[in-house]
Amino acid sequence: MRIKEHPILEFNQKEKVKFTLDGKELEGYKGEPIASALVAAGIKVLSRSIKYHRPRGFFCAIGKCSACLMKVNGVPNIRTCVTKLEEGMKVEIQKGKGDFN
Amino acid sequence: MLERTGIPTDDDLEKVIPDKKRLVQGPVVIIECFQKIPCDPCAISCKLGAIKPFRDINDLPQVDFDKCTGCGICISSCPGLAIFVIDMNYLDEKSLIKLPHEILPLPEKGEDVYALDRAGSMLGKVKVIKVLKIKNKTNIISIEVPKSMVMKVRSIKVEDKNNER
Amino acid sequence: MTDIAIIGGGPAGLSAAIYAASLGAKVTLIDDGLELGGQLIKQTHKFFGSEKQFAGIRGIEIAKKMIQDIKEYDNIEAIANSTVTGYYEDEVITIVQGVNGDILKKLKAKRIIVATGALENMLPFVNNDLPGVYGAGAVQTLMNLYGVVPGNNILMVGAGNIGLIVSYQLLQAGIKVEAIVEALPRIGGYLVHASKIRRLGVPIYTSHTLKEVYGTDCIEKAVISEINRNFEFIPGTEKELEVDTICLAVGLSPLSDLLWQAGCQMKYVPELCGYVALRDDNMKTTKDKIYIAGDVAGIEEASSAMLEGQIAGLNAAVSLGYKCDNYQEQDKKLKAELRELRDNPLSEEIKIGIEKALIRGGRD
Ligand SMILES: Cc1cc2nc3c(=O)[nH]c(=O)nc-3n(C[C@H](O)[C@H](O)[C@H](O)COP(=O)(O)OP(=O)(O)OC[C@H]3O[C@@H](n4cnc5c(N)ncnc54)[C@H](O)[C@@H]3O)c2cc1C
Ligand code: SF4
Ligand code: SF4
Repeated sequence: MRIKEHPILEFNQKEKVKFTLDGKELEGYKGEPIASALVAAGIKVLSRSIKYHRPRGFFCAIGKCSACLMKVNGVPNIRTCVTKLEEGMKVEIQKGKGDFN
Repeated sequence: MLERTGIPTDDDLEKVIPDKKRLVQGPVVIIECFQKIPCDPCAISCKLGAIKPFRDINDLPQVDFDKCTGCGICISSCPGLAIFVIDMNYLDEKSLIKLPHEILPLPEKGEDVYALDRAGSMLGKVKVIKVLKIKNKTNIISIEVPKSMVMKVRSIKVEDKNNER
Repeated sequence: MTDIAIIGGGPAGLSAAIYAASLGAKVTLIDDGLELGGQLIKQTHKFFGSEKQFAGIRGIEIAKKMIQDIKEYDNIEAIANSTVTGYYEDEVITIVQGVNGDILKKLKAKRIIVATGALENMLPFVNNDLPGVYGAGAVQTLMNLYGVVPGNNILMVGAGNIGLIVSYQLLQAGIKVEAIVEALPRIGGYLVHASKIRRLGVPIYTSHTLKEVYGTDCIEKAVISEINRNFEFIPGTEKELEVDTICLAVGLSPLSDLLWQAGCQMKYVPELCGYVALRDDNMKTTKDKIYIAGDVAGIEEASSAMLEGQIAGLNAAVSLGYKCDNYQEQDKKLKAELRELRDNPLSEEIKIGIEKALIRGGRD
């Protein structure tokens, strides 16, 4: 969900882009962090812990906690909270420590 | 008490409320700021010198109620939203409260809104007399309240008619 | 090659850059956020502090103003979205850039000012790794920077200034805050903030903490409990709250990795919220070429971060031979302002902490 109206801030209309999460098409704004587009689309689980596969969500937003590491365009362990969203990005929930294929 | 709940007690309030004589003379400021913190915009905002100049940035605001005209300019300068203006004898039966408002929706003039006390409890519906939009976005809302409620009401809740958010 | 590399573009780093550049030094400012501004770009509230240090102005506006100032200087190069990963003896810092972190750059700098800010603390409770548990900074980033709603019903943990302010910001974004819990018997943040939230109907439970949260892939429920003076749960005082989001505002720790790596002498100072580099009153560490400013030097305020930044910027530039006409006077003025800012009961701890971290006439 997005904030529609705010008493202090103005959220200027930005350019909408399409991207996919595990093949499913989603929409977000160009240049916002990938993770923020995912949360806005109602996605809460961004990764799974390596050993017990417990769900992990957005936590620190400054690229320091590793809860949002995902595979983006085939590259694993991308910090999606500090990586800008671009048109056509392929985002995947990665398994384990991540691999390149 | 204030430190545990965020709600000032009667003892706290006694220190900042002008005496009866001044209250009936017309609009006057009430500054509900009880803790020494490094903050001074209120004192600088009052051009009439009613809020005494701070010797130290951590001073508590001290008001010279005789100099205060209740103009309300200081209200939107305060980052703590701790400043109110009341006009006890606005009408025979009613008092007027000017309070800061930074939440949406913004009420309209003439609209009935819920009056909230310092704990956020609803005290009933009251009428909005004026909506003053301020550039720094701390808008000032004037509401008309029964005299018995003038020392209780400190916030409002506006119904979200279009359920915009 | 640059004169002064400043690491971190929050209020401390920005102030340091402006001051040093105004004396003619060549400055490179590096920040790992998507935009410059550090904490400021998330702060929609009006700041406290003295009118001189932007009090009464919203954090976002202060950031805009400082970023504008930065642009006026040809001798400042500002690089965002780049992480500094190390500092080496030959005056070289390493910078990682690129979406995949695959671009490594080196920069030689005669002085560095570390203004990396802070990292949020975590809290132990059952299921604290579930999605929906956020740091307060993340909640702010989502809602204030990107306009994204982090959740529908929030439980805020911590009634320090950050917990109080972020609660208020949530209310402004139209999001329900169910309650604020605080382990201490007292509200730690400014009481004017507490009162303005309370007036909007949010209960503040002091001597309470979060015990556990439930849910499968996200939070469905939280249990809070009263605690005694020894911070032990008091049985039978539990309350269940229907929340989908927990926001943790349980303190910050100085982000001092770079200072450790660079070999500065570090000290654990609880009053400054963690390990900090020892420094002299010019904000110089035990390494002659390394200065610090802002939250990394001890968790405090933007107002003090800016002053520390100015002090560090001034002294780093002067140490390189840049002229400041009335150096003594300027330096004294900044230090006096900083002292004045800390002259209140809430800053007692900070003053004690700074005493512990201060070295007089420190050398390499
Ligand atoms: C909710 C909230 C409300 C606040 N309200 C007030 C207030 O009313 N008044 C007030 O005075 N203060 C307030 N503060 C405090 C104030 O925001 C901070 O004290 C201040 O921002 C600290 O400034 P800084 O420059 O040290 O750090 P920051 O603002 O945290 O900036 C540090 C920057 O360094 C970057 N960085 C970190 N590591 C690296 C690296 N390795 N490489 C490159 N870049 C790096 C970070 O991304 C960040 O941009 C508030 C803080 C919060 C969270
Ligand atoms: S209401 Fe007007 S006169 Fe009174 S203290 Fe405020 S600014 Fe000054
Ligand atoms: S501006 Fe508001 S919070 Fe600051 S000292 Fe004045 S009344 Fe208190």
